[in-house]
Amino acid sequence: MRATRMQTANLPTGPDRAVSWYEASARTRVSLLLDAGSFSEFIGPEMREVSPHLQVFDLPEQFDDGIVVGGGRLDGWPVAVAAQEGRFMGGAFGEVHGAKLTGLLRAARDITSMPVLILFDTGGVRLQEANAGELAIAEIMRAMIEARNAGVKVIGLIGGRAGCYGGGGLIAGCCSALAVSEQGRIAVSGPEVIETNRGVEEFDSRDRALVWRTMGGKHRRLLGGAETFADDTVQDFRSAALQLLGSAGDFGLGTLKAEQSRLEDRLRRFSRCPDAVDIWTAEGIADAESIPALPADQFISLADNVRRPSRDAR
Amino acid sequence: MEDLSLRHAARQRAGGTKTMAIIGVVASGNLEVLAERILPDADCLVEIKTAAEGFGQVWSAVVADFVARYSPGGLKFSINDGGARPDTVSLRLAQAVRLMTEDDR
Repeated sequence: MRATRMQTANLPTGPDRAVSWYEASARTRVSLLLDAGSFSEFIGPEMREVSPHLQVFDLPEQFDDGIVVGGGRLDGWPVAVAAQEGRFMGGAFGEVHGAKLTGLLRAARDITSMPVLILFDTGGVRLQEANAGELAIAEIMRAMIEARNAGVKVIGLIGGRAGCYGGGGLIAGCCSALAVSEQGRIAVSGPEVIETNRGVEEFDSRDRALVWRTMGGKHRRLLGGAETFADDTVQDFRSAALQLLGSAGDFGLGTLKAEQSRLEDRLRRFSRCPDAVDIWTAEGIADAESIPALPADQFISLADNVRRPSRDAR
Repeated sequence: MEDLSLRHAARQRAGGTKTMAIIGVVASGNLEVLAERILPDADCLVEIKTAAEGFGQVWSAVVADFVARYSPGGLKFSINDGGARPDTVSLRLAQAVRLMTEDDR
């Protein structure tokens, strides 16, 4: 199937894309991110494909199991979309939730011409579905690599309440490219997990400034973990997605080798830095202490001067 | 968990032509309402799954008030509740009826 672009009329009253990405629900994000009225959902809430596990724990279900998947158009181009609802069980991956994303990625792999946008908002695996959830993470990563190997670009957009943690952080690491806002934290172990396992001296989860500058979007952008920094609006994430769809490179052995050497280089240069501010200073940023308070537009131009995203790695 | 099923007669058919709408999320103090246009025009059914047990009388009062105000004939509402307060329930039900009258943009 060949992708064709459909021209959309320039209506005077378009959707309001100035709304906060962080505050919006998964469904609002999808409907405002894509061209107006272009989204059609797969396995919608009316099909009631709910979790088979939550009943055992006497917990309420959600009709879409916390993830919206489907197809639509982005500036005329056909795209597949998945959006997690971070307010339902922390956007965590359960069996059905994960299977919906796996199915979407496999469909994209078979179609080959349709890129995938994943709107992450997740704390990781749903503990009540531990094994099924862990398996879902593995299946999603495999499906994503298969899709990328077939030439499909997979773009992650991260700026939700739950951030992108646990298995979600692993899946994000497998994407072709990521866009992140200041609020969109990316990590594997969350702040409380690190504190519980390593002690409060290692990481004080109540120190919010520490959490944001270690896991937040600005640091991920400066470290090269995310290619693009977006302000917290749907419009900015839409622009970022379009930009990344144009710039994300192809996938192959060369990409993996480049990514490996990027990570080795990063470890060599920054492994002795005790804090994110030390890394920014080591990167040659004059007033590194001021970065957390920097407005988005000033941060974006600073970040573009410091670190151009690598086109070879990922 | 507690399941409740409340059936009402509605004065008139709900407005709009949409067949399905969903609003809200299942979180603490919140709920999701799925509205479907699948019943005869004079009927209204509200099915509730709630984590907060023992509030059947409150649900009955809130739903009766909702049906009297909005006359959502022909609609079935399926609710997954995470322990929402009655005012939140009323708000979500009203939002669901409103969404059924809106055309897709």
